[in-house]
Amino acid sequence: MSTLFGDATRRLRANPAAMCATIVTLSIVALTLIGPWFNPNSSETLDWSHVASQPALQSAHWFGTDRLGRDLFARTLEGARVSLAVGLVASAVSLLVGIGYGAVAGYVGGRTDHVMMRGIEILSGLPLVFFIIFLTVIFGRSVYLLFLSIGAVGWLTMARIVRGQTLSIRQREFIEAAVASGAGTARIIAKHVIPNVIGPVVVYATLTVPQIIMFESFLSFLGLGIQEPHASLGALIAEGAGEMEAAPWMLLVPGGLLALLLLALNMLGDGLRDALDVKER
Amino acid sequence: MPPVLRIVDLTVSFSHPDRTIHAVRQVSLAVAARESVGIVGESGSGKTQVFMAAMGLLAPNARADGHVLFGDDELLGLDAKRMNRIRGSKLSMVFQDPMTSLTPHLKIGTQLAEVLVCHAGKSWHEARIAARRMLERVGVPEPERRLNQYPHELSGGLRQRVMIGISLLCDPMLVIADEPTTALDVTVQAQVIDLLGAMRREVGMAMVLISHDLGVVADLCDRILVMYAGRIVESAGAVELFRQAQHPYTAELLKCIPGLSGPLLERLPTLPGQPPQPGQTIEGCAFAPRCARAAARCRTERPLLEGLGGADAGGHANGGHARRVACHFPLSL
Repeated sequence: MSTLFGDATRRLRANPAAMCATIVTLSIVALTLIGPWFNPNSSETLDWSHVASQPALQSAHWFGTDRLGRDLFARTLEGARVSLAVGLVASAVSLLVGIGYGAVAGYVGGRTDHVMMRGIEILSGLPLVFFIIFLTVIFGRSVYLLFLSIGAVGWLTMARIVRGQTLSIRQREFIEAAVASGAGTARIIAKHVIPNVIGPVVVYATLTVPQIIMFESFLSFLGLGIQEPHASLGALIAEGAGEMEAAPWMLLVPGGLLALLLLALNMLGDGLRDALDVKER
Repeated sequence: MPPVLRIVDLTVSFSHPDRTIHAVRQVSLAVAARESVGIVGESGSGKTQVFMAAMGLLAPNARADGHVLFGDDELLGLDAKRMNRIRGSKLSMVFQDPMTSLTPHLKIGTQLAEVLVCHAGKSWHEARIAARRMLERVGVPEPERRLNQYPHELSGGLRQRVMIGISLLCDPMLVIADEPTTALDVTVQAQVIDLLGAMRREVGMAMVLISHDLGVVADLCDRILVMYAGRIVESAGAVELFRQAQHPYTAELLKCIPGLSGPLLERLPTLPGQPPQPGQTIEGCAFAPRCARAAARCRTERPLLEGLGGADAGGHANGGHARRVACHFPLSL
């Protein structure tokens, strides 16, 4: 039996770059989850006998320590875990909101569509960084604020993509047939429209995760994102950039992991696009 | 017995920025219970739009005036909720192209069962059993396996059988079949026509068959309505119509059917000229420019759909079998 996802999985398996990316991504995810169990050091313990020490396999600190003597390996894993969580949660939120909003706007059409799309344009017109600085000044720094502000813009493009797909699907005859069978608007959107837009949505979602991780790192680098004592890759990179000359590993370890993660996620997204969207091949 | 569907003075128009196009002009017809009515006409004659209006499937820029009565319900302007209760259950439709009318990502079984879950309030389990039985009734081999297949795994003929099955699930009073065989191979066409005839005898619903193929209509219908340029030009029992067409347009259409007997023709006969543009205002008879019998009167005065002999002999709206024709000079006179 051949289904859309069966075919897609087969094509993805046949793509070596995408398979490499999948393995790398899964390894990083696994490492952030189970890594701490193998590391004798916690990310919060200060080791005063090894402050800003170099990476060394024979010492307790495989990737060295930071200025306060905290284990960099543990810190980086924590940072990667936070970055991944932000990326996944914000992508999931943007997926849910974007699909719902886009499908309703596209299917209902007319004036509703007009109003909904103007709403999107207003939100996407906000200068985001200033907006976030502004919010931080008013409400103080918090992780939830970060989720909120990333979430506020993350779903906009998704909604546009879903709306575009819905507009073309609405014209198809099976939708007319569903209307003629007495299916209500909500049922048609949920059962006959949304499953049909899943292909491009999945592709865009996998490319959203690295974008959001990048954005979160950028905010944390500026000091607007995740705050001490918590770590994110961006915050660690900002810290490492300050010690670049004396202790380059403090920049290279989190920076290298971020680069590897983003590369793998982007390649995975490209692979999925090739696998799901036959037209672009 | 009151008619199942009664359409009175239906006009369907499409508004464009610069003009209004009338696709259907003052059409009245009735379909009695258990009756099978064929609607014949060339592309753009408005035959599909009449029933799209009845099903509430008109394009957003379309406007329908008049009355469409299904039982006691006025379907024009009916709110979506009540409309959805009627369509798909008591009033259902079979579409032209079974290749595109089934939702591609849903299994056949789900699509059949969904109708019963929505309309009959059955559980998915019961609905699935009923779906299986329906596939058997419409002659789909290996129904159990088909339930778990996707539409693209079925041939065109099988898919049309599935579509017919879907339309019959809730014991409809009226099934509208819009060119149900046009997208199929000739051999499969015959099977689908046979199936429609058999199901009608078995279920006892009324049926409207929209087609440009007189052969298909002749096989299945008790009565035939011929449409031209948005109006009904002739209404007659199927046998009578084929024996003696009254409207010159119908006569020309009948001539265009290639026969198996008789001399081999160099070219197939065609109807010269073009039907009027939908946006055009027509004074007099719309067929006059293409009609060999047209006289001066035909170009100025529009003939009404009347019983032969002048007076409206058949009940105008009760679905009587009386012959009616919209021509000043019908062929039998």
